[in-house]
Order: sequence, then C-alpha cells, then structure tokens
Amino acid sequence: MPSFVITEKCDGCKGQDKTACLYICPHDLMKLNLETEKAWNQEAIQCWECYNCVKICPQQAIEVRCYADFAPLGAACIPLRGTDTIMWTIKFRDGMIKRFKFPIRTVEEGQLSITSGAQDCQADPAKIKELGLFTQQNAGVTYSVPG
Amino acid sequence: MEPKVNNWEFIEKPEIVVHETDVLIIGGGMAACGAAYEADRWASPQKLRVTMVDKAAVDRSGAVAMGLSAINTYIGSNPPDDYVRYVRNDLMGIIREDLVYDLARWVDDSVHLFEDWGLPIWKKGDEGESLDGHQAQRAGNKSLRDGGTPVNSGRWQIMINGESYKVIVGEAGKLALENNKAATGVEQNLFERVFVIKVLNDKDDPKKVVGAVGFSVRDHKMIIFKCKAAILGTGGCVNFFRGRATAEGQGRAWFPVWNAGSNYAMGAEAGAELVLMENRFVPARFKDGYGPVGAWFLLFKAQATNGIGEDYQVTRMEETRELYGKYVDNMGTCIRNHMMILDMKAGLGPIKIHTDKALAKLGETMDKKAMKHLEAEAWEDFLDMSISQAGVWAANNMAPEKVPSELMPSEPYMLGSHSGCAGLWVSGPGDFGPAEYAWGYNRMTTINGLFSAGDGVGASGHKFSSGSHAEGRVAGKSAVSYAMDNPTIGEYAENDEDLAKEIYMPMETYAKFSGYTTDPEINPNYIRPAMMQQRLQKLMDEYMGGVSTYYMTSKTMLEEGLKYMEMVKEDTVHMCAADLHELLRAWENQHRIIAAEAHAQHILFREETRYPGFYYRGDFLKIDDEKWKCFTNSTYDKNTKQWNMFTREYHQIISD
Repeated sequence: MPSFVITEKCDGCKGQDKTACLYICPHDLMKLNLETEKAWNQEAIQCWECYNCVKICPQQAIEVRCYADFAPLGAACIPLRGTDTIMWTIKFRDGMIKRFKFPIRTVEEGQLSITSGAQDCQADPAKIKELGLFTQQNAGVTYSVPG
Repeated sequence: MEPKVNNWEFIEKPEIVVHETDVLIIGGGMAACGAAYEADRWASPQKLRVTMVDKAAVDRSGAVAMGLSAINTYIGSNPPDDYVRYVRNDLMGIIREDLVYDLARWVDDSVHLFEDWGLPIWKKGDEGESLDGHQAQRAGNKSLRDGGTPVNSGRWQIMINGESYKVIVGEAGKLALENNKAATGVEQNLFERVFVIKVLNDKDDPKKVVGAVGFSVRDHKMIIFKCKAAILGTGGCVNFFRGRATAEGQGRAWFPVWNAGSNYAMGAEAGAELVLMENRFVPARFKDGYGPVGAWFLLFKAQATNGIGEDYQVTRMEETRELYGKYVDNMGTCIRNHMMILDMKAGLGPIKIHTDKALAKLGETMDKKAMKHLEAEAWEDFLDMSISQAGVWAANNMAPEKVPSELMPSEPYMLGSHSGCAGLWVSGPGDFGPAEYAWGYNRMTTINGLFSAGDGVGASGHKFSSGSHAEGRVAGKSAVSYAMDNPTIGEYAENDEDLAKEIYMPMETYAKFSGYTTDPEINPNYIRPAMMQQRLQKLMDEYMGGVSTYYMTSKTMLEEGLKYMEMVKEDTVHMCAADLHELLRAWENQHRIIAAEAHAQHILFREETRYPGFYYRGDFLKIDDEKWKCFTNSTYDKNTKQWNMFTREYHQIISD
C-alpha cells in the first residue's frame, strides 16, 4: 500500500508551514482531507514505497504495509531519520527484530556550501567555449583525448 | 467517438502565467540539479536567468529520491578508454564513444562535490577494512579529492551511505538557483509541482526551441515558460509494460514509477531525433522487491544458480555462443539475462542467489564485531535504495545472511543512464571524434537550443547517478553558451488559449460526462488515465515482447500491436481527470504512450536481436553485425503522428 496514515497520530500538520507528506511525495500521492484534517495515500497502486512520507512525518503517523499482492502480512520496516543518521527497526513476520543505524550525511542540512573549498571560484564567461566545468577550469585540469 | 471540445462550460478556466527566463531546466533529478549548479556560475555574472521546473519536490525527486547505496560511475585512476570499453561491451557494441569518453572526463568532479556537500562515502581503513562515511570521517581518512581510497565494489562502483544522496544534491541545486535569483533579481526561478507537458518551437523555425508549457498540480494555473535554451532532464520510462505484480505491487517498479517517458515524448514531439529507442533494460533482481544485486555479486561475491544448483552461466555458455558469438565473451548484462531465461523456460527455476553462502565465506576470517558490521552493510544496501526488499524478506521470515533468495528478470524499462541506452541523439564535445557527431553545443539535440542529459540522452549508458549529474552540468554550461550566442527569445506558434483548452480538456470531459452514469468509473464517454495505462501495458506486454512472452516478439507481432496502438493514441483525447492529480496522470500517459510507440517502431526497424535477454526478434534471432552495427534513429511528426526511421553510422573511436 504501501504507505498508510494512522488516523490517531495524523494532525494534518496543522502547526506547520506545509503538510509534510504532500510536500515530499515524489509521485503526488498524499492528499489532505480538509474536513477531517488527516492525510491519506490517494493512489496506493502507484506507491513506490520510497518511504519519504514516512521519514518526513513529524508525528510518525505514516508507515508502510508491504504490497499485499505478494508479501505475507505482519512485517514492518520502521525508520527514524535524525540529523546525521537513520535508525531502522525491521520487524519480521515471526516477531524477530533487527536494528540498524547508518550515516546519512557529514554536513548538517542547511549548512552545505557551494562556494567554499574547490568551489571558491568564479566561472569566466570568456572561457565558456573552452573545455571543462567551472571547477575544473579553475583547478587547471588537463583534459585527455582518446588514444 | 464524438470529438471532445473544451469551451470552459463545465470547469473554470485556469489562470495563465507567463514566465520568461534564459535557460529553462525541465526536471529536478540528478541531471537537472547538475544543470542548475553549473549554469548558475556561468549565467549569474552576466545576469542571465536560470529556471527549474520539477513535477515533484527537488529534495526527493527523480530516480535517486529514495537514496542509493553506491555511486556506480567513478573513474578514479582508471584510464577513460577502459570506461568506454566497459560501456561498449555491456551495451553490445553500439554506443556514442565520444559522449561516453567525454563523460569520463567530468564525472569525478561531481563525485568530489557530493563528498564536499556531505555525502558519506565509504573508505578503506589501514587494514584494508571497510569504513562507513562516519567512521572514515572520525578516523581522519582523506576525502576522495585529496587521495582517500574508496571501497570499490567493482572497478567503476564505489560504496556510499546514500540515504540522503538526493537531499544533499538537491540542496546544492537549490542554492545555485537562489544565487541566480539574487544575481538577476527575478521573483521566482524554482517551480515545484509543475508538470511540463510539451516543448514549444519557434513559429518561424520549427528546428528551434523557444519555451515549454505546463500546469501546476496544486493550483489552477497554466504556466508558459519562454526561454532561449531548454534542458530536458525528466528521466526514463517506467510501467509502460505490464509488470509482474498483479495489484498494488505495481508501484514497486524497479526504476521510479514516476518516470513517465516524458523526456523521450517531449523531445520527439519537438522534432528532436531519437536513438536506440529499441534498447531496453530488463534488470534481473531479487524477486518482487526488486532489491539491487550489484553489491551482492560484485562486493560480496555471491553466486547464482538454477533450481538444481547449476551455474547457468557455465551450462548455457556453448549454445549462447552459437547464437551470439563473440558478444558472449563480454558477458554483457543482457547475455547473463539470456542464460538465466533459458533455464527458466526449461523449468529449471527458481533461480537463486546464494547470499547466505557468500556472507558465510566472507565471515570465515572475521570476528563477531566485523561480522555484525558486514550484516549491516548487506542490509543497508537495501534500506538505502529499495526498502521494499527488506520488507519482503521480513514478511517471508527470510534473512539474506541465512537463506538464498530468488532472482527474477523484471518487466522492461527504457533509460539512458543505467544498463540501457535509449534516448535523444545529442551533439558530442567536438574536440575529438567524427565531425558528424558534433553539430553544435555539447549535449544539444537536433533542435537548436534544446539540450538533454541523464536518462534523456541515448547511446551512452552507464552514467548512473554521478554521470547524470555531470552530464547535466555539461548541458547547463552549453545551454548558457547558447543563450549568450542567441540573445533573442522567439515566439511560439501556439495560441495560449488553445494550449489551455488542450491541457485541461480531461477535466472538462470529466465534469461534463461523469454524472451520466451512477459510477464515474464506468462511463462510455471517457477513459480514466489509470485504465489507459493498463491498456497500454497489456498491449506492450503481449505484442512488443513483455514478460508474458519471455520478451519474444517479431514483425508480425509488432505490426499487430501497432494497429491497436493507433487506437490507443486516438483515445488519449478521451482521457478524463476528476482533479489536478488525475490530470497529471493523464498527461504522464500521453508521454508514456509516445515513448512506448517509439520503442515498438524501433524494435520493428532493427531486424536482428541486438539485446538477447532484454528482447528477442523471433524472426531474426541472431546479432547481424553486417547490417545492423549502426545506430537506429527516428524522428516523429507531431502533426501526422508518424515515425520516420533511419540509420546512422557507428564510428569506433576507442580500439578493442
């Protein structure tokens, strides 16, 4: 189904500047019911199970029930995405649990720079017909040719 | 069927917004973010405007939206010539070697930027052990740029902790757009949730682009973008064949389900030449969940066997060689598929990959802690990029370290970045290679001012995520160069009012007719986009070599299918849309159908089986180098809706 929204937990992101799952879904699947102020996956057959709605939900109100046309019931993969790592809890159908933690980034979100280090340079429009990306032109890279 | 008209009798006319820019980037994935990043630097000092339009949110759009566990194109200290040989071998001898070699010159620069921006990259420790991105950082390992050693799973593939890969690359792309906005003083230059449906040509010169038109899937608003140059970076084509899942699992396509063939369709309708659109990719992946096999085969050295324990790559070697000769020696992806399929058709399945044995063998020399790390590495491979696979295992009480898993060749996909090479025919760099491959700016299509990158560019596969970003940067720079040389924005032939009527017709149709029956699902006046997609998938599957015929087709089958395709095309004007979401699906299907027809026409034109294991021409089962060691190209006439097929010469640039 893909992703489903737990009725009790979803608050429609009332206090937020945007409804997180609607904002993030790459396939425009999440929809907000304006009367109940709850979100839902409007087209489960199109869900890629990318978990982006699950990861972004501030209420942890969204989970995924694996595609029922081939997966037996009872399992779950539950992420908890922090600032620099993601924790996964894998629940097996038979109750076994596995937990993993993986790095997700080494520079904090919002702190990324596109003007420091090797990027601390300007492109020279006079050289736009010459070979090379702006960083390479600045670094004086030599370009190979075949043979 | 009566023709449909939209005179705004049942729905309100949308607001029409015109946005003028210099370089328009259509798409928001790796290629598009690369284009924005590079274009900003060249454009901003001259106050040239750069605009990006994404149908989703840049943080998580495109093929890398879920994340990735590896960067599959990193040249490192390898000679670029060898990269070309590897790509050529995998793609059965016909690639644009100028484009592939050119890419090898730029791609590492993008990988180094990713690491600067915060993408954790695995490194080799002092003892040769694998360190994840955080461990390497804590241990003070050098960055790749400064000579750090990555963990290669294959010669060109390096391991990463890539859950947030696209978030990071997207943040850099958005910063570049912000910078351009500040430099040019424009109010807005990033349009999210806007779906571009077509490129607009110059009214006086149909071989030139002057803009594009799309609609917001959030507000009732049509947007016309006027530009000097445009870059198509809208991905490959997914779910145009019936998939193996029967119901909700259809969303679990191997490639992202939102890749609707837009790049190929919009390029074709604009008059741009396509190349190798017969090429497809049929990934053999973990059954149902479509988890990646690359790390298992390359890094963990797992073996795959048939149901009675035989290695089909050994037992099927001789008969495969009889049909495909020297191409078998390279063991391209499609050849490996072919051998697997032979066993499956003979009832020798299930095909299994022995993940358990591979990890046990690696564990022989490891202590408990190292073994735990290895298990986590194996699971991360899925949790980074194919979470459903972990779900399928958990649901079946299977752990890959304990039991083997079944492999299955999937439904077909079209793409230009992975092990495939369908796409637009673009100009090469021009500093080497035959003159006929370089007619203009690098990565420009045969339409002046229209560029492409990533999955959109054909005949040059194996770019993957990093190569798509780098190719986007090349296209971004070229587009700025074109905009500098062509300072006037031309006029398009279409009338704004007519464009709006056309775009919103499905909504007018629904509003007009849905009350006629008691159930809006079943109505003789229209077809819902979801059903249109099913119709296309069934037709492609049965006639054009989908899973139900084990990828087999022929002239007679293709011609029969193309007859039905005519009526599919006629019926596209009868698609309906209850809301903007369904309007998005209607237009995605318009694109998917044109891309699918290109695929069928190309397979029909190429009278050989160039990619056994991906598809077969039953009437021409062999590879015919005498006649078909060439590019197969096409153009589409949007007025007559007919295809024009022809060949172009393949030039070998890099020696065998």
